[in-house]
This record gives sequence, structure tokens and C-alpha cells, in this order.
Amino acid sequence: MIKVDKLKKSFGSLEVLKDISIEIEPREVVVVIGPSGSGKSTFLRCLNMLEDITEGNVYIEGIELTDKNTNINEIRTEVGMVFQHFNLFPHLSVLENIMLAPTKVRNKSKEASKDKALQLLNKVGLADKANKYPDSLSGGQKQRVAIARALAMEPKIMLFDEPTSALDPEMVGEVLEVMKQLAREGMTMVVVTHEMGFAREVGDRVIFMDQGYIVEENEPDQIFDHPMHERTKSFLSKVL
Amino acid sequence: MGFDFKIIQEYLPFFFKGTLLTISLSLAGIALGTIIGLFIGLGKMQTNKWLALPFVWYINFFRGTPLFVQLLLIHFGVVPLFIDKTNAIAATIIALSLNSAAYIAEIFRAGIQSIDKGQMEASRSLGMTHVQAMRYVIIPQAVKRMIPPLGNEFIVLIKESSIAAIIAAPEIMYWSRAMQGQYYKVWEPFLSAAIIYLVLTLTLNFVLNRVERRLTTK
Repeated sequence: MIKVDKLKKSFGSLEVLKDISIEIEPREVVVVIGPSGSGKSTFLRCLNMLEDITEGNVYIEGIELTDKNTNINEIRTEVGMVFQHFNLFPHLSVLENIMLAPTKVRNKSKEASKDKALQLLNKVGLADKANKYPDSLSGGQKQRVAIARALAMEPKIMLFDEPTSALDPEMVGEVLEVMKQLAREGMTMVVVTHEMGFAREVGDRVIFMDQGYIVEENEPDQIFDHPMHERTKSFLSKVL
Repeated sequence: MGFDFKIIQEYLPFFFKGTLLTISLSLAGIALGTIIGLFIGLGKMQTNKWLALPFVWYINFFRGTPLFVQLLLIHFGVVPLFIDKTNAIAATIIALSLNSAAYIAEIFRAGIQSIDKGQMEASRSLGMTHVQAMRYVIIPQAVKRMIPPLGNEFIVLIKESSIAAIIAAPEIMYWSRAMQGQYYKVWEPFLSAAIIYLVLTLTLNFVLNRVERRLTTK
């Protein structure tokens, strides 16, 4: 579903990703952990080309992202993304936030996208907030709307970039709950997070990144209970 | 030396005509200046430095030289080049438009760039093109932030249109100078002009406040 081949990414002279290769299967939930500055967010943002790729290749369903003939906008409709800071559109209501891309990008009718949006709001437990504006929502509610907004494009893959890092502790649970449900439904997910409980419970595979490399990848139980690598051990001892 | 209302009364029809011309010059300057300003602003925001350079220098020139100088250059130089004679009204409109465009371009650019870059990223991650993201997400938010500085610019423009008196475009200041010349009076002609300008700018201020309030409560 996703294939990353010798990916490198530099910002000027700073090399953030140094030779990342990985394959992700359909319906798989991959959790990326690691210290800050390890390149995990950059890695995630390369998967939908929010960052230009310096070297190497990323394939989404066999399509090479860096190919000149690839329409990146089309790929992005299949790859939903949820951001740490929500990035809801403050000038639009919750409903309009969710309906915007389906109507403008997919050319779906207003009625159809509205039905879909309400259905998604129901799913994330916010049907009563449809006509509110983002400013009036709590952080957890904003993030759930952001998830609904991404799902409205009916993506095949969902990327989560530290979705709970900007939330008050008591709101983390409600967002993780929505993500767990998505995982159960078989969504292919790549999640960058510091929530080790979530990684262990929901992840099919955990990737530990440090200094631009994938240091270790394994099933959650293996990586948390029997980390192989020294750096993994020292990181986990600090966060667990 | 008493304040002579009679001569003001005598000049009322001229002030009226002058006010109409001032309003026309200002409206034309605002409309053309905004259109040109948007164009210049977009040009300056291009990522290619060489392509942006002419727009950068447009802004440098029109912000860095006096409007007075620009008006004279346009009136005695540029306009005769095209129509073989001078035309004070055309020259004033051109000078006001080109000059305010430089400021409006910067207001436009600042408004766009003040929007958090996460807004563009979220839009693009949903599959929108750059143009769609600008149209549906960035510009609607930027416009709200641009209204107060644009209002300032429009008020400056109304006041600066008075410089057209120098090249004998018969607007408000032209008639007050005529009145001063005829009667050797100071207070009557210039206070009258000041009051008319004040009414114009306060009216515009009022309208802009209404627009701003409507946009922000939405």
C-alpha cells in the first residue's frame, strides 16, 4: 500500500531523514515513536509530499510520488492527514469544514456531502456541533472534527501527526477512541505519537526512529518488552 | 478681520463641484489601485526571485518617491506621451492609482502571509490545488485582516487627491486656492476645505467599520 525506498530529506544542509525504507500493508496500523527531532513528523509529511522528497522514492499504491506525471492532488485525496494543531478552517462552520473538499475537489453535490458529513460527525460523536464554528470547540472536539474532515474524502490511508500532543490530558482519550475505532474498521494508518499505551494496544507494528534512521521496528509487545537496540531501551526507559 | 460667510456662500457651487471631483478621483484611485495592487502583491509573492524583482522595484519606486514628484512626471511626461497633451484629471487618477497600488500590494501580501501555514497544508492534504486553497481557505481569512489597513490607505488616498490642485484639476483644494487668491483670505477657504475632507473621511471610516463588523461577526 505504501512503499518507501531509500528516502532522504534535507532542509538546507541539515539532513533530517537518512535512508528510510519501509513497506506498509493495507489495513495495517503503524505507529512511529522516537525522540523529538528524530525525523518522524518529516517522514510522515513525505508520505503525502507536504515536504519535497530530497532523494529516494515513495510509492502509494504503486504510484511513484516524485514522478513528474503523478498528479499529487489526486494522491492526496486518497491519503488523509490529521495535524497536531488541528488546522481547522476558522471561517467555516464544522459542517462546512467537512464539506469543503468533497464539494470542491471531488465535485460531490451539496446534499450528498452534507449527508456524509453528518454521518461522520455522528461517528466522532459531534453531531450536535454541526453548525458551530471551530473557535467554540474544545481541543478534543476540534481534533475529532479534523478527523471527520479527513475521512470525508474517503481516503484509503490516514496519517496522524502527533494528534494528541496539543490536547489537555483529559481530552486525549476521546481522540484516541475515535482512532481505535478507525483501526478496528480496517483503515490503513500511520501514526506519529507519544501515546505508548495507544501504540501497544492498537499498533500492528511500532517503528522507533532516531536521528533520521529507523533504529528498530517490531510488533508492539516485542519492542516495548524486549527492545533490541540500546537507543530504543534508553528512549523507552524515559517515556514509559 | 471677521469671518466672512458670504464668500463661502458664493463659492458653495464651486466647492460642490470640487467635492464631486474629489470623490470621483478618490473612487477611481481606490478601484484601480486595489486591482493593480492585488496584481503587484501576487507578483511580489512569487517564489522565483527574478520574476518577483520588477514587482519589488515597482513598490520601491512608488513608496520611495514623493507622490508630488510622481504626479508631475505623469502629468507633464507620461500622459502627453500618449495623448499629445496634458490632462490633469487623467494624470491624477493614474498617479493616485499607481501610488496607492504599491501600498495596497503590501497590505495584500501581509494579509495573505499572516494566515497560519497550517491552513494551506490542511487544504493541500485534502487534495485541493494551490489555487483552490487560496480561493476557499486563505483569501477569505486574509480579507478580514486586510480591511483595517485598507481603510487607512483609502483615507490617505482621499486626502492626497488634494495634490491635484497643483496641476489645476478643479477639485476641492483647487477652488479653495482660487477663493484665497480672489479675496486674500485664509480661514474661510482652507477651513471650508478641511471640513469637507473631514466629512468625506469620516463617512468612509463609518462605512468601513460597518463592513469590518459584519465580516467579523460572521
